[in-house]
Amino acid sequence: MQSYSHSHYLAITLITTVLLLGSTQAQATEITPASMLANSCAGCHGTDGHSPGAIPAIAGKSTEFIETALKDFRSGNKASTVMERHAKGYTDEEIKLLAEYFASQK
Amino acid sequence: MTTLSRRKFIRLAGAAGASSVLASLGWGLSGCQKSAKKARVVIVGGGFGGATCAKYIRRWDPSIEVTLIERMTTFSTCPFSNAVIGGIRNLNDITHNYNALRQKYGVNVVHGNVIEVDPVKRRVAMEGGMAHDYDRLVISPGIDFRWDAIEGYDEATSATLPHAWKAGTQTQTLRDQLVSMEDGGTVIIVAPPNPFRCPPGPYERASLIAHYLKENKPKSKILILDAKEKFSKQPLFVQGWEKLYPGMIEWVGSNKGGEIVRVDAQAMTVYDKFDTAHKGNVINIIPPQKAASIAHTMGLVNNDGWAPVNQTTFESTQHKDIHIIGDASIAGKMPKSGFAANSQGKVCAAAVVSAINNKTMPPPSYVNTCYSLVSPDYGISVAAVYNIQNGTISTIEGAGGVSPADADDVFRKKEAEYAVGWYQSITSDIFS
Ligand SMILES: Cc1cc2nc3c(=O)[nH]c(=O)nc-3n(C[C@H](O)[C@H](O)[C@H](O)COP(=O)(O)OP(=O)(O)OC[C@H]3O[C@@H](n4cnc5c(N)ncnc54)[C@H](O)[C@@H]3O)c2cc1C
Repeated sequence: MQSYSHSHYLAITLITTVLLLGSTQAQATEITPASMLANSCAGCHGTDGHSPGAIPAIAGKSTEFIETALKDFRSGNKASTVMERHAKGYTDEEIKLLAEYFASQK
Repeated sequence: MTTLSRRKFIRLAGAAGASSVLASLGWGLSGCQKSAKKARVVIVGGGFGGATCAKYIRRWDPSIEVTLIERMTTFSTCPFSNAVIGGIRNLNDITHNYNALRQKYGVNVVHGNVIEVDPVKRRVAMEGGMAHDYDRLVISPGIDFRWDAIEGYDEATSATLPHAWKAGTQTQTLRDQLVSMEDGGTVIIVAPPNPFRCPPGPYERASLIAHYLKENKPKSKILILDAKEKFSKQPLFVQGWEKLYPGMIEWVGSNKGGEIVRVDAQAMTVYDKFDTAHKGNVINIIPPQKAASIAHTMGLVNNDGWAPVNQTTFESTQHKDIHIIGDASIAGKMPKSGFAANSQGKVCAAAVVSAINNKTMPPPSYVNTCYSLVSPDYGISVAAVYNIQNGTISTIEGAGGVSPADADDVFRKKEAEYAVGWYQSITSDIFS
């Protein structure tokens, strides 16, 4: 590590560049109770509710729409295949958190 | 420039091809100095649990350096591998790459085999001499087979009598054997005892093989020899089989001689515990299972061969700062499924990010849904929502359960469509 060859200098330039780029990196976002709940939904509805396939996307739907839908699935007022079985696992308060989380997704 | 550590260089130049530059400089990868980054997390296993965990750590905190070590350069999913075996998908359809994890999330993806971990030096050793230092380690290595459990069946034999319980070459072998089989042949599926990866998997496999045979070789039969006395979604599967494939699938439980103890590969014959012989034209043996070997090497498993963890954080009960998720872990009431591993990957990511930032993690929540295709137009599911009760992952009472027994064709078709939709969503949640 005492003498540097040409390739060392090349590497060092590269490092400096990457260091500068790296310093503009975003910081940690808060892990909220809502995101802990909502991450489970991504298994079927896609990351943050952006479903790429046959399962309805829920990102950006209104809070009221999602909240009402989940409560209606839970009560059986709204017919579903699997959503009734899922919605029964959440309290009113949790449903509100979920609805707000997905409504706030772009 | 002498303060610049080799470790920093390796990490920072990683995206620009560090290994080749390093090789030309003659630098090794061990003996590295302290990181400039907040913390280094190494994840072993780039499947359902590990790849999810990598992505979600970086989403929450991009100042944490994440290195994901995976033996394979592409990942073929077990989910929908039964559809490949049944001829309604091909292997390409279920194979994913690590480009998005690298490029979009800045995960340092390294391909190779982890052979050892030093929990004191906090160093992961790879075959070929490379090493990676960590502040926290996550392992999601999946399962390995108990090759000593069935006499006459070992890894070499599995080349001709495939297990197809890890997707890839084995999946294709079983598919090819079904295609070559004459009409009127018998396909034997040997199903394993609990606990094992994907509880409904063997029965979905029988269903999709039946779908193929019904259309192409209708005189053929499927015999499921089971080490268990009952299985997941049994009434729903049996109802579907009677409706779609009457007389084609026979299931034999362990008390009727379903438990296979010996295999004669040459004679294409399996023997149950009463020494009754069953001859097949294609034989799929799904052996008893245990946590993948690296979990054993690291001393993370109990006497049953699975890894006990704190079920809120997935930290090993044996080693501090080492987390285990997915099939290899003991995760309360959750089954060994890809959905569960994905769910656990996110909870574990939250636990790791919270610990590194000295924060308290909000209460975890977990979900599982396992869809099975009885035919391409006939889907069934089992679901559950979980939380922590008395320190273990427990089902929330009143929620979850299986598809209704009296559902009509429209309902079953909808669930088949959702099975496909689920696959697209979960693989995008992991790999894109
Ligand atoms: C036929 C079949 C059908 C299935 N269908 C479904 C389904 O429909 N839905 C569902 O939810 N689940 C399904 N599953 C279950 C699902 O595949 C597993 O539960 C899931 O893959 C577990 O995730 P994991 O992260 O624990 O392991 P894996 O996804 O297997 O990932 C482990 C990774 O670690 C790597 N690895 C292991 N050891 C090392 C090492 N020492 N060094 C480097 N890399 C290493 C492996 O190469 C592998 O890529 C199915 C399984 C089968 C067999």
